[in-house]
Amino acid sequence: MKRQGRAARAAADGSASRPCQEMILTGYMQDIHTFLSTPAELARRHGPHDRIVMSSRVRLARNLKDAVFPGWAKKPERVRVLDLIRPAIEGLSEMKDAFSEAMDNLGALDKQILVERHLISREHAAKSAGSGLVFSRDETFCVMINEEDHLRMQALRPGLQLCQVWDAIDHLDSELEKKLDYAFDNELGYLTACPTNLGTAIRVSAMLHLPGLVLAEQINPIIQSVNKLGLAVRGLYGEGTEALGNVFQVSNQMTLGESESAIVERLEKVLSQIIEHEENARQTLLEKKPKMVYNHIGRAYGILANAHSISSKETMNLLSLMRLGVDMELFPGTERSLVDELFLTTQPAHLQRQISDKLSAEERDLVRADMLRNRLKDVSRPVARPRGEGPRPDKPAGV
Amino acid sequence: MLCSICKEKTATVHLTQIVGDKMQKLDLCEDCAKAKGINDPTSFGLADLDLVLGLGASQQIEQAAGGVELKCPRCGFTQADFKKSGRLGCPECYQTFAEGLGGLLKTMHKGTRHVGKAPEALRQSRDLSDRMKTLQNKLAKAIKDENFEQAAILRDEIKQMGECPPTPKNLAK
Repeated sequence: MKRQGRAARAAADGSASRPCQEMILTGYMQDIHTFLSTPAELARRHGPHDRIVMSSRVRLARNLKDAVFPGWAKKPERVRVLDLIRPAIEGLSEMKDAFSEAMDNLGALDKQILVERHLISREHAAKSAGSGLVFSRDETFCVMINEEDHLRMQALRPGLQLCQVWDAIDHLDSELEKKLDYAFDNELGYLTACPTNLGTAIRVSAMLHLPGLVLAEQINPIIQSVNKLGLAVRGLYGEGTEALGNVFQVSNQMTLGESESAIVERLEKVLSQIIEHEENARQTLLEKKPKMVYNHIGRAYGILANAHSISSKETMNLLSLMRLGVDMELFPGTERSLVDELFLTTQPAHLQRQISDKLSAEERDLVRADMLRNRLKDVSRPVARPRGEGPRPDKPAGV
Repeated sequence: MLCSICKEKTATVHLTQIVGDKMQKLDLCEDCAKAKGINDPTSFGLADLDLVLGLGASQQIEQAAGGVELKCPRCGFTQADFKKSGRLGCPECYQTFAEGLGGLLKTMHKGTRHVGKAPEALRQSRDLSDRMKTLQNKLAKAIKDENFEQAAILRDEIKQMGECPPTPKNLAK
């Protein structure tokens, strides 16, 4: 794809003949469209502890030494920086066959899909000329150019693998450092547009699915104690006050005075404790309040599989309960990946991409319900298991 | 109530966040909220921590400057701009606004000195200067202990390091 991307840019420069230019541009855009329309592969990947840890992510912020930060730079300066950084990223081994695009070439719906997939931030989706995006085909690596900083690079993997994710992005950063002159100070570390990111400029985070702790009403004390350790707990998209679908994002807040590996280790420790609490909560719920659990999961299934109009928010909350049901082996033969895929494909932009981008919110609710009924028609209703037959605890091999 | 950012229009978007034991509030007018990308207040909140901290930082800088408006010689960024955005203009701004930022970084982070990764080229010179410091301390101790034989060895080592440019090869020795 990179080759096409380059050709497209050459064409845009006027260095190719006009018919060729149109053909290549259309071909390129169609490719990224097609790619963004098929999310199933992403949901099918597995990782350690992925019953509870949906994904691990490490993000680094970097800036060029001799350039004004994107938020303060004028357009020609931002374009200059983009033209300098983009080829450097495209040349990395991690970015072989990557998608590379200037933000002003992406439509509103494509941008929204990228947000729903956690590849770009909402802030970056609002950017146009002078900003860009390069992401690997497997969505493991993604670099935003001229977001709040010149470079925001992330590595993302399923399940709990913070160390591996840090190693991966560390390597990408070290390779990039050979080509670009970073703004770095011996005392203050990597210099960032916002002083809150100064130093290591790292954000280590994991997306956790915690329905057990929510149902057992233990989530608030957990969030409070995690906060006290200087870690932030956020909603699904990093900024919703509400954790839709019982999904919480835990990340470090401080970046100066603690090394990257120390931050990663600290977060891993806290996460393994949260995992244990969630497992215990699920076990206890099944032992002490099985009816309550079956009731929640049965109703969730009932609505998802039979509704004719359903909002995105209700869908997420009910799918979360269904995911819990799959983990508790109440849906024999149903894979968690089906639920994870629906988590993504029922969101507004993904839905519009599959049907039409001209749908109103009300029409989307109808289409969403149709899609859910269709996808869940082969899933039989949950079985209530006799007492004492608890599901196996989460002990994946090699962890 | 006036907007915390522009201080002109009435604030209609109110954000509250609890970090640890502290509660932070932010009141914005519709335009400033939009400019910050807060289009949907119901789904925003948990933390535009950067924003809140940024406002605090600008106040500290103002105090440190004693009322004189500081301006970055490299990019023309002023403390008023910092108040508006909570972000700095360019890498050099960190020197321009160093005094005000110092106190703020203490409250914001675990420490005030960077620990961790550094670009390879700088890492080498940093390692070298750390090694030099260690040798000098050892030398001072040897002299104090009247261990002159050891002091002579250390002195030669320091002299040799000073003569050689910092390369990975020298470090390996």
